[in-house]
Amino acid sequence: MKPAPFEYFAPESLEHAVDLLHAHGDGAKLLAGGQSLVPLMNMRLARPAVVVDINRIPALAYIAADTETIRIGALTRQRAAETSELVAARCPLLRDALRLVGHVQIRNRGTVGGSVAHADPAAELTAVLALLDGRVVAQGRRGTRVIPAADLFVTYLTTSLEADEVLTEVQLPAVPTGAGWSWMEVARRYGDFALAGAGVVLTMAAGAIAEARIGLTGLGPVPVRARAAERVLAGRTPSEALWAEAAAAVRDTVEPDGDIHATAEYRRHVAGVVVQRALREARGRAADAAGSHG
Amino acid sequence: MTHCEITVRINGRSYAGRVEPRKTLADFIREDCGLTGTHLGCEHGVCGACTILMDGEAVRSCLLFAVQAVGAELMTVEALADGDRLHPIQQAFRDHHALQCGFCTPGFLLTTLAFLRETPRPTDQEIREALAGNLCRCTGYHNIVKAVAAAAAALASDPRPGV
Ligand SMILES: Cc1cc2nc3c(=O)[nH]c(=O)nc-3n(C[C@H](O)[C@H](O)[C@H](O)COP(=O)(O)OP(=O)(O)OC[C@H]3O[C@@H](n4cnc5c(N)ncnc54)[C@H](O)[C@@H]3O)c2cc1C
Ligand code: FES
Ligand code: FES
Repeated sequence: MKPAPFEYFAPESLEHAVDLLHAHGDGAKLLAGGQSLVPLMNMRLARPAVVVDINRIPALAYIAADTETIRIGALTRQRAAETSELVAARCPLLRDALRLVGHVQIRNRGTVGGSVAHADPAAELTAVLALLDGRVVAQGRRGTRVIPAADLFVTYLTTSLEADEVLTEVQLPAVPTGAGWSWMEVARRYGDFALAGAGVVLTMAAGAIAEARIGLTGLGPVPVRARAAERVLAGRTPSEALWAEAAAAVRDTVEPDGDIHATAEYRRHVAGVVVQRALREARGRAADAAGSHG
Repeated sequence: MTHCEITVRINGRSYAGRVEPRKTLADFIREDCGLTGTHLGCEHGVCGACTILMDGEAVRSCLLFAVQAVGAELMTVEALADGDRLHPIQQAFRDHHALQCGFCTPGFLLTTLAFLRETPRPTDQEIREALAGNLCRCTGYHNIVKAVAAAAAALASDPRPGV
């Protein structure tokens, strides 16, 4: 298995990378961690005429935060985000989800921006972005724009990024202080893409759920926000019966595909299971802000 | 086809070569540098046989192009033993029958080296998670897990500087 021939560029600035993409149009591909693109090239499922390698642009790798938002440069390795103290403090949901992205050797190279831009329907990061209402920053010829998660994912492996745009930053709202969180998934083997996965952030007030956010992966062409289940949970008192009700709402709304790994019916079932598990764990971690009004 | 002149640092030595950009780092290491200890199982990132260290981190050499390794410090399985004296991790694999055909072994050894540097006193669960990205068709894994635990103990009592 060898990739088809290509012309190789390793620009040292973002502007140069954008210019190269612009000059070469649809035949050009950005190379970040290469953990999705290079397998496709080795199998000749992708045959870009031009490869623009952004690994020599260190300014694209950083993790920064203010009180509300954590900003991660696109070239930040998944492993660097996973082990970052800032991520652990502000967005432990991201850390927990990253631990299940492939294996450590994959995460040592694979980037945060690459995972989002690749838009695999079973990727952990796409669901984290969707459930937190995150955003990405894209830079093209005509300047910079910010794209909310809801407008980014179009379908399988397809985003609304233009061919000559570079995703430069992933912005994730911090998990609110005191909120509980959880990432749960079922995969055939440890480190495999999930058959179904769920992320939850739960904010409690006076013994009831003030806000629930649920994001799902592996259950359709784009990451799914489980709005119906979120509405079921809002204002209610946590209980096993309530978790089952939320799981039923999830099963009613998702439309998974079947493939060689699992049937659609099994994925639907597992979706409910992982949501229940995640709700249970998130509830256990939430500080109950009794007396406050959320 | 345009070729690139590159120099890559492997095991403390410089290797010069003339490669097409599409040449994977794994192929460069094996074919151009003659370091055939790095094995290729799947060539799409799944099996871990091609795992090497790049600036101290375990990576898949089948998912990198040789041109990308310019400026990095690489380590392959050839650097582990000191002449005939096996590295403590290799010795532990041998003592615990952690290999049969040995095809997967170079990848396991380098994965283990990077892992034990970061996690010198691992739990059984941590060992299993660390090895999850390497496939072995022969051993059934139990003996590999035992070998890594033994290697951790051996390294704790006799840490080798620089390795
Ligand atoms: C064995 C194995 C197991 C894996 N398991 C999982 C898993 O369980 N979960 C999971 O989520 N992922 C998994 N992955 C994929 C991995 O997370 C990839 O790292 C990720 O999908 C792509 O990131 P990358 O940086 O490697 O991007 P690349 O492979 O370099 O690029 C992927 C695509 O995104 C584009 N791209 C990359 N960066 C940018 C950018 N900044 N702007 C615009 N476009 C860009 C590229 O042009 C390309 O089309 C696995 C990979 C392997 C090999
Ligand atoms: S040959 Fe590289 S992971 Fe299998
Ligand atoms: S010893 Fe044969 S594949 Fe592992």
